[in-house]
Amino acid sequence: MLEIAVKGSKKYWVWIIFLLIVIGIGKLAYLDQFFNGLMITGMSRDVSWGFYIANFTFLVGVAAGGVMVVIPYYLHDYEKFHRITILGEFLAVASLVMCLLFIIVDLGQPVRMLNVLLYPSPKSMLFYDMLVLNGYLFLNIVIGWKVLEAERNQVEPPAWTKPLIYLSIPFAIGIHTVTAYLYCGLPGRGFWLTAILAPRFLASAFAAGPAFLIILCYIIRKFTKFDPGWEAMQTLSKIVCYAIIANLFFFLCEVFVVYYSNIPGHKTHLQYLLFGYHGYNALVPWMWSGFIMMGVGAVMLVIPRLRSNYVLLPVACAMIFIGAWIDKGLGMISGGFVPSPLHHVTEYAPTGQEIIITLGVYAAGFLVLTILYKLATTVKEEVNG
Amino acid sequence: MTKNMIMGGLAVFVLAVLSPFWFNMVTTTQAAPEPELLGPAKQAKKCVLDTYDMRTSHMSLLDEWRDAVVRDADRIYVAANGHAFNMSLSTGENSCLGCHEDKAKFCDACHTYTSVDPYCWDCHTNPKEIE
Amino acid sequence: MEQSRRRFLKVAGIAAIGLGAAPAINFAASDSHGPGAAAKVKNEAALHAERWGMVIDIKKIDDTLARKISMACHLHHNVPDFTHEVDTQLYPKTRPVNHKQEIKWIWKEKFHYAFPDKEDEFLNEKFHHLPFMVLCNHCKNAPCVQACPTQATFSREDGIVMMDYHRCIGCRFCMAACPYGSRSFNFRDPRPFIDETHPDFPTRSKGVVEKCNFCAERLAKGEQPHCVEASEGAIVVGDLEDPESDVRKLLKEHYTIRRKQSLGTEPSVYYIV
Repeated sequence: MLEIAVKGSKKYWVWIIFLLIVIGIGKLAYLDQFFNGLMITGMSRDVSWGFYIANFTFLVGVAAGGVMVVIPYYLHDYEKFHRITILGEFLAVASLVMCLLFIIVDLGQPVRMLNVLLYPSPKSMLFYDMLVLNGYLFLNIVIGWKVLEAERNQVEPPAWTKPLIYLSIPFAIGIHTVTAYLYCGLPGRGFWLTAILAPRFLASAFAAGPAFLIILCYIIRKFTKFDPGWEAMQTLSKIVCYAIIANLFFFLCEVFVVYYSNIPGHKTHLQYLLFGYHGYNALVPWMWSGFIMMGVGAVMLVIPRLRSNYVLLPVACAMIFIGAWIDKGLGMISGGFVPSPLHHVTEYAPTGQEIIITLGVYAAGFLVLTILYKLATTVKEEVNG
Repeated sequence: MTKNMIMGGLAVFVLAVLSPFWFNMVTTTQAAPEPELLGPAKQAKKCVLDTYDMRTSHMSLLDEWRDAVVRDADRIYVAANGHAFNMSLSTGENSCLGCHEDKAKFCDACHTYTSVDPYCWDCHTNPKEIE
Repeated sequence: MEQSRRRFLKVAGIAAIGLGAAPAINFAASDSHGPGAAAKVKNEAALHAERWGMVIDIKKIDDTLARKISMACHLHHNVPDFTHEVDTQLYPKTRPVNHKQEIKWIWKEKFHYAFPDKEDEFLNEKFHHLPFMVLCNHCKNAPCVQACPTQATFSREDGIVMMDYHRCIGCRFCMAACPYGSRSFNFRDPRPFIDETHPDFPTRSKGVVEKCNFCAERLAKGEQPHCVEASEGAIVVGDLEDPESDVRKLLKEHYTIRRKQSLGTEPSVYYIV
């Protein structure tokens, strides 16, 4: 099936070459980090995780979001999602590839990475995160590939894919739950120490993932002859709508608990993110724009007339996607580290080189996504045309 | 695809895969360095392991040693021959470099020859170098 | 050519480890090496405890002594000092320093930073100026040990929370987990910033986390930790489980506090205030 990926239009190749160039630049920037250490990042003793882990966390969500097309189609026989299920699964694959790359670029000693397997540590949440992330990646590759292959040959997918598909559903919930557990099980970090963290992660994931999928549907409609189906996109937008409202609701629950209980160890972090703390307020404008974007996006999706507007729908989705990225990417990680456990305030901002490496990882993910989507759409075109 | 093309391709593949050997055939190769015992190591008639075991397995031995020291807090190695050694690369007279004083000859000569670059010395220090 | 070949071998070696090439021989267990079997034992002079603990008498420490204590620890453990002027002959390509990426094992903090949960509007004025020496608490229930995905950080039988720098992959999960900010990460090669490398202790490489090790290398030789020696009696270590030990006597005589006790980590470092 892979041979499809090497036959493409000029635009396709320009895009592939562009991605390869970005990957190349990112790789050069990473080589410098590899040889000189993480000193090239903006991270510090107090803020020991930064942009890499933030993007990792966000993308785990995008990957988990793919399950929002799998559940309706496979559990509820919602036929309209038949055409886009594969898109959700392949989006999960690409996101997980980026997640794993982000973990690798964040390691201080990447060559010792396999120590995680040599000395398995069942008490560490990172151990389980490794298991579920790799498991979910494997499941989605196998399922996506087999189902697409069957579609191409116009036969039923092999029976053994069914149990794998059902298994992939708890795995999707699992990857983001365990990723939340990385943070919310740490006694000294008041910002993360909340049981709502995993539900909140899932809610924002189920908004960001499908929102991005809608945008991808628009792109597919523009560049291929395959039509994912307007009704499917409308259903997706309702899912995004409910999920983003749940996310905002969970956040407000957190705000209430933190401010009404008034416990300093928990409050200072939110205070830093929303209003600034002791004069440090680098993230305040970001956080407010994030929440405004998510809020406005939610309102736009609630109102049927706006939601069904062909021009406005991708705008709303983009706002929700970016808003969720700011909330989870920038705020969630920095917020947990500022102020530090000793209540010192050290602010964090990624360096240029850190951003270049991040873009390189994103380009690698988009390369995987492009190739997989090229396969999927071409097969769909063949079958339908 | 013809049979000839496949065979030709295979031949090219085999040639390419063996390129390190071709490279070494046309370039000069130095002879393997002979390990020599110097200084205190020459006088001492006690060894941690037999020469053969030492040559083949010193890396596994060191791996065990570091686990023993760091993780089990055991610092003395009583060898099979009854002699006790300090399980340390470089601290004190009874350590590796304490007896084999010349790191360049004892460690580096062979490592360089075999193109291995263990990361021991990223952290551990040669007392001779830092004086 | 030489360089790239070496790199290839390095990568090939990593791949081999991945395939499970674990050391096949156990030198201590095997008896094929002559009459007696090899054994790994402790030094006879080594100091033992069921659970090591530390008592710091803050009243006995002033700023000068605090600096002396930090210096003694940091110098002997080859902790880099980023204010140190780099020898450009030895390390010509050293880049500028980000001081937020500093490394420290034991250092002084003001009361309200060391004990942020004990902040008090009407706190006795003298507390604001006392140098509270903070370091790894060697917690009984250490969150960093729980977090580490490779057991590079682990609790020793005698209660010391140790780090295996050989094994650390630099994921920094332990730093997120530590409620006391006791851990530092080597964002860069520390060597250019070590004025005089001490031969009794290794340096670290870039990309690993480090922290106070309770001077395990000193206890193994029957010596007291560096901070204790430098402290002029202000810091005492001993066995918390032994009712007759020096630390237990101090705990009996004085009112002591521990950092963030409410978190349940059970720190082994006590402060007399």
